[in-house]
Amino acid sequence: MEAIAFYIFGALIVGLFLVTVFSKNVLYAMSSLAAGMVLISGLFFILGADFIGAVQLVVYSGAIMALYAFGMMFFDTTREVKEKNSSSLVVFLLSGLSALILVVIFAAPQIGQNITPLVTAPEGADNPHAIGVVLFTKYLIPFEVAAVMLLVAMIAGIILASKKMDRSLSEYGEDCLVDENCEPKDQK
Amino acid sequence: MSLTLTHYLVLAVILFVIGLAGVIRRKNLLMLFFATEIMLNAANLAFVAISAYINDLSGQMFAIFIIAIAASEVAVGLGLLILIYKKYGTLDLDNLNLMKG
Repeated sequence: MEAIAFYIFGALIVGLFLVTVFSKNVLYAMSSLAAGMVLISGLFFILGADFIGAVQLVVYSGAIMALYAFGMMFFDTTREVKEKNSSSLVVFLLSGLSALILVVIFAAPQIGQNITPLVTAPEGADNPHAIGVVLFTKYLIPFEVAAVMLLVAMIAGIILASKKMDRSLSEYGEDCLVDENCEPKDQK
Repeated sequence: MSLTLTHYLVLAVILFVIGLAGVIRRKNLLMLFFATEIMLNAANLAFVAISAYINDLSGQMFAIFIIAIAASEVAVGLGLLILIYKKYGTLDLDNLNLMKG
């Protein structure tokens, strides 16, 4: 039963991500990326990692794809993406070579069979409970650092997306922070 | 026919290679971002699969932090993309070779 679900999910994910990578239309690429992320959360549920599956649904297919959708309001999405690929031979050679290296790297855990768990789940706890216990004991400092990083990213995103481009940010005064049509100080 | 760890790792490798081919092949910056998301998802899948199969929660912790990093990367990167689009009117990578390298 799990195998059937795995193969269906896997085939759908590979197909959708191929559409994402090779599509000429940005809207198609974004929708298939969102669908693929939803299906990847299905794989997480099969693996028994319920919490990661829910986080994947909420953060990836909810927040990140909504952010992309908002961002694409600024771009011209109806036009097809025009790209000129100059040397396809080099590209395919590089892709093949790196794929080979990746397979070797990912197959390395198969060779080391005597792996012992570092952080085991507490006895009798289901997955979200265990993740909460481990996250707030052993991984507390990385958790806080991630929170600070998200705050920095939020402020950076707001400042980057909402200011005018052609002038330096330091030319604006402090009272210009809310006013969109404000001019730089030295021009007044 | 039961699933083993190898199934999940092979699927993760396939997804990662798809993302890598996208990064190498595409010239549009937004498409590069999509391919990066695919690669991050493949790494997440490998982490969670190994974590589930050797009964160790560290992999799931790393998956959570990777998701947080991806969220902040998208926030900053999309702001930069909007600035680039406002300035140049296009997202093509070939227009950004100011240093003629």
